[in-house]
This record gives sequence, structure tokens and C-alpha cells, in this order.
Amino acid sequence: MQCQQCGQSEAVVHLTQIMDNDVTTMHLCEACAAEKGIESGAALPQGAVGDFLATMGKGLGAGLPGMADAPHATCSTCGMTTQELRDLGRLGCADCYQAFEDPLRQLLRRLHGSTTHVGERYRPPGAEVEPPMAQAAELREQLRVAIETENFELAAELRDRLRGVE
Amino acid sequence: MIDLSLLSDGGMPWLDASGRASHLVLSTRVRLARNLRGRIFGLRNSPKEREAVLTEVLAATRDTPQLAGAMLIRLDQLERSDRELLHERHLVSRELAGLEGGGDVRAGAALLVQNRVGVMLNEEDHLRIQGLHSGLALEAAYAEVDTLDSELGQRLAFAFHPQFGYLTSCPTNVGTGLRASVLIHLPGLVLTKEITKVLQGLSQVGLTFRGLYGEGSEVVGNFFQLSNQTTLAKSEVDLLDHLGKMVRQIIEYEEKARQILLRDAPTVIEDKVWRAYGLLRHARSMPVEEAMNLLSGVRLGVGLGLISDVSMYALNKLLVYAQPAHIAAHDAGGPELSRSEINIKRASYIRQSLTSGHDKTP
Ligand SMILES: [Zn+2]
Ligand SMILES: [Zn+2]
Repeated sequence: MQCQQCGQSEAVVHLTQIMDNDVTTMHLCEACAAEKGIESGAALPQGAVGDFLATMGKGLGAGLPGMADAPHATCSTCGMTTQELRDLGRLGCADCYQAFEDPLRQLLRRLHGSTTHVGERYRPPGAEVEPPMAQAAELREQLRVAIETENFELAAELRDRLRGVE
Repeated sequence: MIDLSLLSDGGMPWLDASGRASHLVLSTRVRLARNLRGRIFGLRNSPKEREAVLTEVLAATRDTPQLAGAMLIRLDQLERSDRELLHERHLVSRELAGLEGGGDVRAGAALLVQNRVGVMLNEEDHLRIQGLHSGLALEAAYAEVDTLDSELGQRLAFAFHPQFGYLTSCPTNVGTGLRASVLIHLPGLVLTKEITKVLQGLSQVGLTFRGLYGEGSEVVGNFFQLSNQTTLAKSEVDLLDHLGKMVRQIIEYEEKARQILLRDAPTVIEDKVWRAYGLLRHARSMPVEEAMNLLSGVRLGVGLGLISDVSMYALNKLLVYAQPAHIAAHDAGGPELSRSEINIKRASYIRQSLTSGHDKTP
């Protein structure tokens, strides 16, 4: 593979990074990598930077690692399959977290070192039983915005749901 | 064309260099990824579902104090050049602006913005609640974003799992959904070649870095965005504390590296700094990468007290206003400019900014 920077030398450094929402891989030759402040494993005392690059790239690369031999499954809510999940590297909906729970646990352990959230707890509004009144008010407000923004298709849908609640 | 002057400080109050350690740290950003319960995530939903997300969130933000008078920008109704402007101002991600290779802006992509907080809507997650502050301000930026998150979370039902926490489109964001990043200028560490060691140390403690605009690993002008790599298994406060501690340490290393440079190679450094200033003040054609690198040199010169007639504010502004879409925007409506024409205009714009007093709004 050619270096993406100079297009001349053989790429020896493959830097995969996960940014906020991008997964990018840069293929660089040793000179270009050094210019960017990244030295290849060969140029440094053994281990150090090789590990560094390995850690930087341990994220998703092309798709999800560790899911290669995950059993085939499909999310019944969004239709996501194991294969698609592997390719896309993104979940399709909240229920995907159940549909692919086992391989995801392995992946989360690998990405974050654990599978358990210890941060802020959250309870959605009306987590017990939502009073129909509040739901109707919420729908009415959404309907108002939908009409204001001339989104008539959605407005029709909201009107139907509102009829069901009221 | 979009009128960004409607936003206070053009949507960039962080430019004023008023924050802590702002000679090194340009800005602190904190964002929380949230999704609406019972709705398909952003990369897999239909345009109609995306409209529904927008409607639901807008209804909830009407009576949210922090967003009461917020400006709504529908990226899906903007020309590419306007979306580039917003991205150059760090207000939206490349993905939301539809600037990813070959990609186009998707239905329902929008930004709500008021002062230092904003919400990106219909990114890969339904909501990306974000706050941008000047200088090193992790606690303040988080506090503001956390308040907004709580308010929105009372009005909207977010997808939350008892074990995994907040559910996100990408497994790298699950848990807290929190990504804090500090945009820092590290020329001393780059010049003393200590930077590799520092970046290597980062990855060992669960942090990562990217460049000024997060385009791949492209680092220009010695600007690095340092951020937490993991989002699960640590509390929000721990994630922020940890990043803050590391950033303060890196600031110390950078200060030390600068002292060493001044002690061991004063003429080399002075020459570098003044050459950079000279080129910016006199060159007639200026590619953007070169401009970013020279601005880095001048910034170092100001930090070292070698240059005294340029403010950090002016330099911060140039970082954004010398970007390609901003330069091209001066001639909006005219024929499209070639790359070399833009380079000529950029050189002229920078010359003007650096000679005609530093604190004028471009
Ligand atoms: Zn190369
Ligand atoms: Zn699903």
C-alpha cells in the first residue's frame, strides 16, 4: 500500500483513530508519519510506539472487532443483522443492545475495560405510569410544532395518536 | 447565505481567550450523546423519522431556559458553503454538516445554538448536547451541559439501560455518552520532539487526541484536541477529573519545553517566531496549512513575550476566519474562486488583520 501523504513510499504506519463520530485510518510511510509526530515501531525502542498505535487502533477500524465469530442474530425492532453491524460499526436502535448482547459485552469490555455504567442514573419522565393527560399535552405541543413547520404528514400521524390517547 | 452575525460572537464566545491557561488552551468542549427512547438511531432511520425527532426535541426545548431564545439552523436547508462555515466554527461535526467524503447532508440535520451551549440534532445520535468554553474549563463546560441535559431529560424520554447507561449509536460512546476535549497548542513539545512520548502516555491512560478539525489524525499548527477515549465504567466527574489532571500535566511539560528552547536555542526560536510573523504580514499567497503553521509560530512568540502587538484573541479569530469557507464567504454570490485565488485572498485578509489593529471583528 502507498503512503497517503506523499503517495511514493510504502505505508508502514496504519493509524486508526476514533473521533467523535468518525473512524479514520491513515496509511503513512515512515518519513511522513515521523513528520506528523508519529514514529513507526521500527524507529523506536521496542514496544512503546507499537503499543501506542495498537491502542489507538483498538477501536473499531473497519467494523467491529471481536464480532467476527458472533452467532447470526437480527434485531427485531430495526432489522439490523450481525453482518450489517460488523460492517457499519453502529447500532441501529436501543433494542440492538439486547439482540447482540453477548458479542457487545465482549466488545464493550475491550473498548472501555468494563461493561457497567457507573455514571449518572436516569429515569425517563413518568417511568412508572405516564398519566394520559401529560402524554396528550406533549402530543398536542408536538402537533403544534409540526403544523408550524408545515410538516403535515407528521401532523396527521400525531393527530391520530392524540385521538388514541384522549 | 446564512447570517451568522445573528449569533453572539458568531457562535464562538470561546474565541475571546478569557479562560484559564488560554495562552495554551484555546477551548474546552463537552458533549453528551443522547437518543430518544423507542426511536431508531440516526444512521438507520428514515427521513420521516428524522423529522419526527426534530419535532419532538424542538417541542421540548421551547420552555428549556438555556435554549429559550436559541437559533435553529437547519443544515438540511443550507448550501454546502454555509455548512462548511458552521463546521469551521466548530459548531457542527463534519458528519452533521454532510461534509464526509461523498456524503450529503441528511434530512432533519439541525443545530440549536445559544451562547455557549448547543444541540446537534439528527447526528448519528438523536441529540448531541454540547458546550464550548474559552480556555481550560472542564467543570464549567460540563456543569452547563449537565443542566441542559437534565432539563431535556425531564421533557424527553432518553434511551437508558440499567447496566449500559445511555445507549448510543456507536459502542464507543455508550454509558455516559460524554466526550470532553481540550484544544491545546503544544509547539514546545513538538519542537523538542517530546510530543510522541506525551501522546503515547495519553493512550496508556485512556485518553486520545486528534487535530484541529478532527479530520483523520491530521495535526496542523501544533494544535491537538485531547479527549477521553472511554465513556463507560467511569463516572462523568471521574472522566473529567482524569482528563483535567492530564491536561494540567501536559501544560507543565509544554511550559518546561519552552523554557528549554529559550535557554538552549534562543536565536533559533526567535528567528522561527519572527519569520512566521514576517511571512504572515507580508506574503501575497497563503495556503491554509501554511497559515495554520505560521500562526502557531506567532502564537508561540506571543506566549514567550517576544511579540507584544498581537492579541491571543486576534490569533484565535484568524484560526477560524482564515479557513477556506470563511475566506470564500467574502465573495459570496460571485464566481467560485480557485484554490490559488483563495490563497491570495487569505494572504491579504491576514495582512489586514495583523496590521490594522488586532481586535477588530473581521
Ligand atoms: Zn509518505
Ligand atoms: Zn435494533
